[in-house]
Amino acid sequence: MFVLIVGSGRVGSAIANSMLAEGHEVSVLDEDPEAIALLDRGQLETWEERGGRYTVGTALELDALLAAGIEEADAFVASTDGDNTNLVIAQIAKRRFNVERVVVRVLDPARARWYAEQGLQTVCPTQTAIELLEAAVRGQIRFEGVSG
Amino acid sequence: MYVLIIGAGKVGWNLARELIDKRHEVTVIESDPSRFGMVEEELEHSAQYGDGSELWVLERAGIERADLVLAVTGDDEDNILISQVAREKYGVARIVARCNNPRNLQHFELLGVKPVISATDLILRLIEHEVPKYGLLHLLDLPEERLEIIELEVADGSEAAGRKVKELGLPDGSLVISILRDGGGFVPTGDSIVQAGDEVLLVLDVGIESRVTERFTNRSSAAA
Repeated sequence: MFVLIVGSGRVGSAIANSMLAEGHEVSVLDEDPEAIALLDRGQLETWEERGGRYTVGTALELDALLAAGIEEADAFVASTDGDNTNLVIAQIAKRRFNVERVVVRVLDPARARWYAEQGLQTVCPTQTAIELLEAAVRGQIRFEGVSG
Repeated sequence: MYVLIIGAGKVGWNLARELIDKRHEVTVIESDPSRFGMVEEELEHSAQYGDGSELWVLERAGIERADLVLAVTGDDEDNILISQVAREKYGVARIVARCNNPRNLQHFELLGVKPVISATDLILRLIEHEVPKYGLLHLLDLPEERLEIIELEVADGSEAAGRKVKELGLPDGSLVISILRDGGGFVPTGDSIVQAGDEVLLVLDVGIESRVTERFTNRSSAAA
């Protein structure tokens, strides 16, 4: 499938690299031309040598989304560092471009919950951390090293 | 009326002042600490500190009982989100959103946020208005009503120049509502004569614009 990832931070770049390694077509959009470095970290070949696409542009600009290939995307990941940006672009991907699978990262649990209720597939790292930490404190779960 | 303003930049602060002067109850939310300090000094308890896109901040400010929400921060994504949440989650009846980058207007529209005010867009329209050689100017679009109001310049040698309004041969669904000439304007009758150089305001159904404009342009010079 063709995956478009907007926001090449820690989260976005990690998803991009796994998807590319699994043989998917992957395009990354970020406003920072330097953010491509995260995609190359720990890799033998550069992102582009491995066949990844990288576009520099602002997520809210339609031209940037089009250049990054949103019209062909089967899956869309909104993983910029702004909750509101992610929520807006995820809705654009869904409603305007009819991308089949749209996933959005939202740090604020309250906004994540409400938008999930409206039908957006929302991942809230804060909520996940709260639940894991609570379970670990109660002794309900136990993990060695880093969770996951 | 209880008005909740998100963003105490120049727009939000001045709106708050004006609305307080008009005896409305106002809360303005600002997320920048130093800006908040300045605003609070003047507006006192009407100013609240916080990120206005956080739901608890909106709830603390009483969004549920707000009659009007003005989303006027400097970030379009914040304004879109605040407006969406205000309407769909809290059922606020009236919302006005500010659009900073006119290219984002389509996103506001897509997500059902309206009305939207774009200062850039308004100023651009005024600039176009001042530029002598424009073809057509959209003054107002009423998408729900499927109507638009446009302004056209009557070209020398066009079909319309020198004709009476009733003989213009305009398609059904269009109406000349005023003629601007020599710095003044008037509402024409069917017998008013349209002259080359006039600016003509028309109201029309969406979709017939090109059939209207062709009457006012000089097709021989346009072809050349």
